[in-house]
Amino acid sequence: MTLREKLMWTAVAVVGAISFAVVALTRGEPVNAAWLVVASVCIYFIAYRFYALFIVTQAYGVDARRVTPAYRHNDGLDYVPTNRYVLFGHHFAAIAGAGPLVGPVLAAQMGYLPGTLWILAGVVFAGAVQDATVLFLSVRRDGKSLGEMIRSEMGPVAGGVAGIGVLLICVIVLAVLALVVVNALKGSPWGAFTVFCTLPIALIMGVYSRFVRPGRIGEMSAIGVALLVMALIYGRTVSETPALAAWFNLSGPDLALIIIGYGFVASVLPVWLVLAPRDYLSTFLKVGTILLLAIGIVVVRPELQMPALTKFVDGSGPVWAGSLFPFLFITIACGSVSGWHALIASGTTPKMIENENHIRFIGYGGMLMESFVAIMAMIAASVIHPGVYFAMNSSAGLIGVDPAHAAEVISGWGFAVTPDVLTQVAHDVGESSILSRTGAAPTLAVGMASILSSFLGGPALAGIWYHFAILFEALFILTTVDAGTRVCRFMIQDLVGNVVPAFKATESWTNNVIGSALSCALWGYFLYQGVIDPLGGIWTMWPLFGTANQMLAAIALILCTVVLFKMKRERFAWVTIVPTLWLVLCTVTAGLEKVASPDMRVGFVSHALRFGDAAAAGRIVAPAKTLSEMGRIVFNDYVDAALAALFTAIVVSMVVYGFIEARKALRNARSTTVEIGGAAVAAQ
Amino acid sequence: MSDALFSRVRFACEMVAKTACLMVGVPDYETYVAHRRMNHPGLPVMTYEEFFRERQEARYAVGKGRFRGCC
Repeated sequence: MTLREKLMWTAVAVVGAISFAVVALTRGEPVNAAWLVVASVCIYFIAYRFYALFIVTQAYGVDARRVTPAYRHNDGLDYVPTNRYVLFGHHFAAIAGAGPLVGPVLAAQMGYLPGTLWILAGVVFAGAVQDATVLFLSVRRDGKSLGEMIRSEMGPVAGGVAGIGVLLICVIVLAVLALVVVNALKGSPWGAFTVFCTLPIALIMGVYSRFVRPGRIGEMSAIGVALLVMALIYGRTVSETPALAAWFNLSGPDLALIIIGYGFVASVLPVWLVLAPRDYLSTFLKVGTILLLAIGIVVVRPELQMPALTKFVDGSGPVWAGSLFPFLFITIACGSVSGWHALIASGTTPKMIENENHIRFIGYGGMLMESFVAIMAMIAASVIHPGVYFAMNSSAGLIGVDPAHAAEVISGWGFAVTPDVLTQVAHDVGESSILSRTGAAPTLAVGMASILSSFLGGPALAGIWYHFAILFEALFILTTVDAGTRVCRFMIQDLVGNVVPAFKATESWTNNVIGSALSCALWGYFLYQGVIDPLGGIWTMWPLFGTANQMLAAIALILCTVVLFKMKRERFAWVTIVPTLWLVLCTVTAGLEKVASPDMRVGFVSHALRFGDAAAAGRIVAPAKTLSEMGRIVFNDYVDAALAALFTAIVVSMVVYGFIEARKALRNARSTTVEIGGAAVAAQ
Repeated sequence: MSDALFSRVRFACEMVAKTACLMVGVPDYETYVAHRRMNHPGLPVMTYEEFFRERQEARYAVGKGRFRGCC
């Protein structure tokens, strides 16, 4: 390092430390979001320059002269050596989704500080390490998938256990994301109209790019965006015309059934008709909106209204149940570490890497970018009035359905707010009510509307920006629902196909219809249960989703650790062992508490026992209204408890397998892992 | 605008367009054609339309381990 570089990095560290001190130590007065942005960016740069460099050069020992799968199997299609900036865009678009936007918003109930700390620490030491390591392993194994690598490095049983884990996470992800859409659109004619319009728009785009001008992605996307903007603007008219609004003013259960039906139909239609065009539109909209929000935050530099810490760090919060440890680390999910990324880092990206030296930029850097999205979501949730935040994220069972009552309850929690403020915010964004819009998307939309409208359009456009934000989230969540149903179907076919071989034929239309119906039934069950849950669904479902996602991350990191041992690089294995231990600790504690905690707000079994006992005595406990509702609550509690127990069992068994494999590798004096390529191939 | 600046801007625009296409699973067509010509001379090369359809199907062919973004 030259003297100039040393001075520069010292300056980055000092600026970062000062900003961080302002963020962490200011109490009582609002902090400007700019400090948070500067602190995060400095941390990302330092982590990327020093820790990530250490990991790739020392722990992995990347070799710039080694031939990558992109060259070895170059076919101009799947395997193509690709410019690293282009590939970074591809990888980021594949990993970015609803997770980093929703998790931080929910975590804001404890104040912005605990969540921010975990987003930053988690990404540097766990999330980005996982993404980069899985990418590295896959590059060295011809772009093999996570499942294949677990099978070949840790044995078929471990592979099977991980496979069940992936199927479960897929089901829970689909249910919880669909629930976010349902909660955002129920009783919102403007939102529902705009989102429904995406279906005919996608059909038009699909037909255009298939028959009119085949393959013209730019043109079809421009048409799609133009139609989308028209739908967005016309949505206001729909919501203000009672005759039209009645058509789109839908209840939660209705919306849930529509989405389940949609998921089934869309997943059996040809991909070019609906899925692909909407996927293109949602990808561009997603990346564009993230950039726009980043610009908005830098230009507007809003003040954070939410305190650094709220009294809900003790676990008594209304948004989700549970204390800071382990539930905060479960709630944030994808913004700091996401198991799902391990599937993507071992998917298409490793087949296009030009040089092993690019792994740091694409794997580690891509995840840092994702983490920055989470920081922006945290800012968006913290710039709105805390009273409004809690009004939007607490279930009707807690705050009621009347603004006056809600304001009284929330003021009682110490976040002084008047009923007028609550109705005014709803009016500003063109909605009839903002109470109990749980699921984070509406909260994020209010935050984004307040940031974006202060530099583009002013308060008059707040309604448009709010519904734009809802549209952008709903669009890519529905694309995920469609694509995810196919993934789920494939896994079910694979699993059932072991017993009934004929079911494995994925080209068969009958098999696809049956498979799609099965997978829709699976996630649809959890979705519907969440929608009719009197506690608001997110309360119950999000911790399950978070546990599943962190569980998958723990599995991926266990694989990484095992392979480092097999490579005889156990000296450096702590880079993956430390985050593995932390994630195992969090998921196992959370899993056990969800099953067995005596606090019925947290533990499913104690909740079920309380309702079961009351039902046996013929009493009805709120929020249930009938004895059959009581029975349903008890049944759902046991299903959820079984899931949480299963997640815990999967993590524990993977730890055992990982330990056995690592010890085997340690006893062997030579490298026991099978890598493809290397010196021999390079010499040819 | 000087020629050097102009070509630089054009290069940047091309890169953005390539990134956008790869984001939705369509790699560079020119690269594909060049690859086929160089390594498989005499064998058929897909037209852009065929190439686009092949890539579109492949993006959602889950069986080949193509998981899509979720979170």
